Amino acid sequence: MRKIENNKAWFLVLPVFLLVAFSAVVPLMTVVNYSVQDIFAVDNRVFVGSEWYREILRDPGLQNALLRQLVFSIAILIIEIPLGIAVALAMPRRGRWASLTLVVLALPLLIPWNVVGTIWQVFARADIGLGGVLITQLGIDYNYAANPMDAWATVLVMDVWHWTSLVALLCFSGLRAIPDAFYQAARIDGASGWAVFRYIQLPKLKNVLLIAVLLRFMDSFMIYSEPFVLTGGGPGNSTTFLSQTLARLAVGQFDLGPAAAFSLIYFLIILLFCWLFYTTMMQMGRGPKA
Amino acid sequence: MARIELSRLAHSYLRRPDGAEDFALKPMDHVWEDGEAYALLGPSGCGKTTLLNIISGLLRPTSGQVLFDARDVTGLPTEERNIAQVFQFPVVYDTMTVHDNLAFPLRNRKMPEQAIRARVREVAEMLDLVPTLERRAGALASDARQKISMGRGLVRTDVSAILFDEPLTVIDPHLKTSLRRKLEEIHKESKLTLIYVTHDQTEALTFADKVAVMHEGEVVQVDSPQALFEYPAHTFVGYFVGSPGMNFLTCELDGRFAVVDGHRIRLADDTPEGAERVGGTFELGIRPEFLELVFDKRKDGMRAKIIQVDDFGSSKIVTAAAGRNILRVKLAEEDEVRGEFGWLVFPPERSLLYRNSRLLREPAERER
Repeated sequence: MRKIENNKAWFLVLPVFLLVAFSAVVPLMTVVNYSVQDIFAVDNRVFVGSEWYREILRDPGLQNALLRQLVFSIAILIIEIPLGIAVALAMPRRGRWASLTLVVLALPLLIPWNVVGTIWQVFARADIGLGGVLITQLGIDYNYAANPMDAWATVLVMDVWHWTSLVALLCFSGLRAIPDAFYQAARIDGASGWAVFRYIQLPKLKNVLLIAVLLRFMDSFMIYSEPFVLTGGGPGNSTTFLSQTLARLAVGQFDLGPAAAFSLIYFLIILLFCWLFYTTMMQMGRGPKA
Repeated sequence: MARIELSRLAHSYLRRPDGAEDFALKPMDHVWEDGEAYALLGPSGCGKTTLLNIISGLLRPTSGQVLFDARDVTGLPTEERNIAQVFQFPVVYDTMTVHDNLAFPLRNRKMPEQAIRARVREVAEMLDLVPTLERRAGALASDARQKISMGRGLVRTDVSAILFDEPLTVIDPHLKTSLRRKLEEIHKESKLTLIYVTHDQTEALTFADKVAVMHEGEVVQVDSPQALFEYPAHTFVGYFVGSPGMNFLTCELDGRFAVVDGHRIRLADDTPEGAERVGGTFELGIRPEFLELVFDKRKDGMRAKIIQVDDFGSSKIVTAAAGRNILRVKLAEEDEVRGEFGWLVFPPERSLLYRNSRLLREPAERER
């Protein structure tokens, strides 16, 4: 076929450009615009350059929130990814039980975030909540409203309850896609159960695990409603994560300039981590080995 | 290495099979002799893979026994059977190097690392995998991956038999021949029992000493390629082996003669007499290679109308209609087809009789 060389292609991608412009570029640029100005009123604003960025990066409250956020997200990944894989491996592979398990696992994913927060707020209360009372009965001094460690544990358990299913479902679909011949070959090679997991299942799960890690990282890094409803960020600031800090700054104090600068930094951090996870995981088990 | 015996073996994938049609494998007795190379030939869905999976222990038969050197292994899992199997599509451990892939079955069996290195090297040399030994298996092309798959079967020294389930499906045609030759060499050197499943008759006939032909869950004939060609034990073997397939004409019997549309055809001398008294459906079978076509009227010839002539360059296939029957005749390239009509001549020694699809032949006369 003869190759046609002209600029018509640009015309064909124009709709996509427009869509992306209005859905992403324009709002993002508005935020960039805010982040470099001090706004007093609609017609009274001053260009301040990088001042807000410097202020945000120096703010110890924000630094602490970032640290908490990182610890939280990494803890979530460390718990939910292996647990999700374990659940997927333990699930019945086909038949009626498989469908039933799928439905049960999908239930937490269907509950709105703030409802999850409310459920756990009641469930974990040391005075009237089923879970809270049980723990107290066991002789453990537990109160998530007063003790930061208890609050952290509750937020973590709540997130694990809410989102491990997602990892499990992704892994389940990944496991289902492995042809039987691999398991048969492993039996003929005399492979142990661990070897089957390590050399067949895990490598074949790589792509779904990448998606699971990215989704769980992004979601947990932006977590807002559940701790907001459960602990309100407390006790003290112990469960105040980045998004809550940002909301306080932007909506509570109406500091649009610093909040915009904060948003952009927030966005870049997520982008950076996703890129890191993506590149390292894609490199795993690939290419020539020396 | 072992002699593998199947005794009253049958398998059904249904939990409560009733009737013969529910069985993927019909009850069979069969022996795979120690150290021979067999091809298991049959169309898709005839039960080849089922039979293979039962021998390797991936599947437990519904009834009957599998014996390795007279030891009953029916209840033993694959791991305890010392058997290797290579699958249709390459199964490799992507994240391991080629070396580790080949070493894997040996490491699982706790062979000393020194011995593993030597053995892996040997097998890699056989399969031309040496340059890629230190590369990751997942990065290789599909024919190299299938070689690794085969290598993992060949690497073990303790195996009773190696089963190949259409292993060359994904391999390029020009590599197929060389790999198959490689397998033959390996077999000659190692004297392993090999069972090679295929639906390709050329592959089966060139590879094996003995070919087992399967049809609808039954092994209908196990013989040398020559015997399959000259004396197909079942009409299915006649159709399936040879190109074009054998001609079969429904006939009646009159002593040593088959009667087709009133035309008497003398049958081979070793055809048993008196079969008509037993009853059943009779067919006369003759290979297109043995059927003669002449264009001068002959008393012993059957008049036929020439429908089509296909020239294959080195031979001609003539399709002719005689009464209700359509027959194919294979002629040499230089033979001429003259006119619209010809006379088909059936050489008696090549005219075989089948009753209910099975060859009737005096057993004593069978040359072995």
